[in-house]
Amino acid sequence: MPNERMLMRGSQVVGEAAVRAGCRFYAGYPITPQNELPEYLASRMFEVGGTFIQGESELASINMTLGAAASGVRTMTSSASQGISLKQEAISFMCGQELPVVIVNMMRGGPGLGNIGPSGGDYFQATRGGGNGDYRTPVLAGANCQELVDITFLAFDIADKYRTPVILLGDGLIGQVAEPVVFPDFINIEKLPKKDWKLDGCLGREARAIHSQILDAQALYDHNMHLKKKYDLITANEQRWEEISTEDAEVVVVAYGTPARLAESAIEELRSEGMPVGLFRPITLWPYPLKPLRELSKRVKKIAVFEFSLGQMLEDVILSVGERAEIFFYGVPGGVITTPDDVAQFLRSINKGDAKIGLRIEV
Amino acid sequence: MNTELTFRKVFGRPETLTDAVTHYCPGCGHSIAHRLVAECIDEFGLREKTIAVPPVGCAVLAYDYFKVDMIEAPHGRGLAVATGIKRVQPDKFVFTYQGDGDLAAIGTAETIHAANRGEKLTTIYINNGIYGMTGGQMAPTTLIGMKATTAPMGRDPRLHGYPLDISRMIALCEGVVYVERCSLASVKHIKQAKKAIRKAFQCQLDELGYALVELLSPCPTNWKMSSRDAWDWTNTEMTKTYPLGVLKDTTGYEAKK
Amino acid sequence: MGSKRKIGKIVIDRERCKGCHMCIEVCPTKNIEEDKIRNKKGYHPARFKEGKKDQEKEQKECTGCAQCGTVCPEIAIEVYHAE
Repeated sequence: MPNERMLMRGSQVVGEAAVRAGCRFYAGYPITPQNELPEYLASRMFEVGGTFIQGESELASINMTLGAAASGVRTMTSSASQGISLKQEAISFMCGQELPVVIVNMMRGGPGLGNIGPSGGDYFQATRGGGNGDYRTPVLAGANCQELVDITFLAFDIADKYRTPVILLGDGLIGQVAEPVVFPDFINIEKLPKKDWKLDGCLGREARAIHSQILDAQALYDHNMHLKKKYDLITANEQRWEEISTEDAEVVVVAYGTPARLAESAIEELRSEGMPVGLFRPITLWPYPLKPLRELSKRVKKIAVFEFSLGQMLEDVILSVGERAEIFFYGVPGGVITTPDDVAQFLRSINKGDAKIGLRIEV
Repeated sequence: MNTELTFRKVFGRPETLTDAVTHYCPGCGHSIAHRLVAECIDEFGLREKTIAVPPVGCAVLAYDYFKVDMIEAPHGRGLAVATGIKRVQPDKFVFTYQGDGDLAAIGTAETIHAANRGEKLTTIYINNGIYGMTGGQMAPTTLIGMKATTAPMGRDPRLHGYPLDISRMIALCEGVVYVERCSLASVKHIKQAKKAIRKAFQCQLDELGYALVELLSPCPTNWKMSSRDAWDWTNTEMTKTYPLGVLKDTTGYEAKK
Repeated sequence: MGSKRKIGKIVIDRERCKGCHMCIEVCPTKNIEEDKIRNKKGYHPARFKEGKKDQEKEQKECTGCAQCGTVCPEIAIEVYHAE
């Protein structure tokens, strides 16, 4: 049924959106805080004639996903933080092999085992890549459950269009919170562009092999250049971000995901007090909207970076902004959830220049 | 007076093998195994519906030798990748071809669990008791006393544990219908190996469950022996730790004959 | 009367051969020998004697048993039967 409105947890929202976006294979391993996703798909996948496998590990799961993706099916796997660490080799392989896969990470506190609270500690892992070699993966981050619907559909489209793994970055909060969402209709899988590279038996054609192994140095160089062209194309075409109240802002918060949501509430409060503050919210963390942020930074005085980490997206902000505006940072790692009031205090502190909360970054 | 005889070919390269000269060492069992697998694919008419998963190991370039669709898997993950393929394309013939490192070291979990799930897959498992591609390091299957570059004094159970008979572990899983161990090191053994591979293929075609054929393979280079000695050693020494024969057969094929 | 004598022959691709010589080991009629001349890869390939009699080594006529082909890792040997 088109445009169904439901009340669902974030992890489940991703599952339902995936199925409507044509995903017909999921493999995953239980890990908090995203268990609701495999649990939801354990029955939902069966209902739509797809395949669900609880793999014996995150490692096995992503490799099953690799095989299904090579078969031409829209596929997804999910985990949290250290489970995504386990998947890194396969992600590198899938980039070299140019396979489309959607990988969901509901970030939890780290490093190591950490805790099950929401965090932004895997930003580097997602955007810089934790696997070997020169590769990038598009990374999408939503700030509420409805946006999760939209970016799940987008993730599958980007994955197929560019033949690349795509990371959907959430956290323990958005994975768990239940909100009303509206789902678009199921897409027609038959109408999706044909995958002329898939492995389905060589009837009527030459046998083909998919491999990232390329022993000849010049040939591997060429392949890397081919991948670079692809990444340049994605960078040119797929950046997404949202700006709220930035037209007359003097202080702009840069945040993504749950921290952006908290910041939005803080900004509402501060605007009512007359403080000229706005929000720049990247939705694609790779490709990061460097140029739009750079342009914005030319006309504001202060940039306030707020994230659930010790400062990972901060580095992209520094790359983008440089010395064009003063950069301040407030980071909350460890699964701690701040309140909008904490963020408001940070922004007031920046405005006053009293350095009580957060720090000023020397660039 | 001599009459001119006409000859017809009775033995040659199977259709499923490419023309490439392999990179395998002289006397290696891999290319014999490749031929047997290719012959079975030809005989069953499976070439155009086969998707295979080569290992990381000496056979890492197998996609240059087989004229079937092939997907590279990260080391050890072949049976997970094959599971993904077979689950979404159950009508295709999907097999993994793996060595002792790929299947029994780094891939142990994926191997046991694919077998335990009774995936409708076939595995050709090449056991040469050593890591060939990387230059002769110890494998889980290295025999006691056998020297390797990472066990220069020879395998010692106190330090290295005992040789791993993973086929026996696999045979314990209920979803596994057929496990046989053969050798590639004599005419008689090669012929038995062919029979075993055919049977393992049949298991998948009949959707019975998981089937595995272990093939003891000579490795003259890393055993530091001549081909002749390596072939002998396979049949005299390897078989002491890895006895040949059927480890499991719930197919019912024998009873039907 | 009596069974028809099997006559066979083999053709060895000497450039494909890697000189493991297992075919020489298994040939029951002693019809294969090591070629003194190396191939392009530097191996001494196996060489079908092609009927040349080798008195000291009890060579018999090739019957096309294909044991050589069976053991050849490179499938460098094609086996033919006389009609």
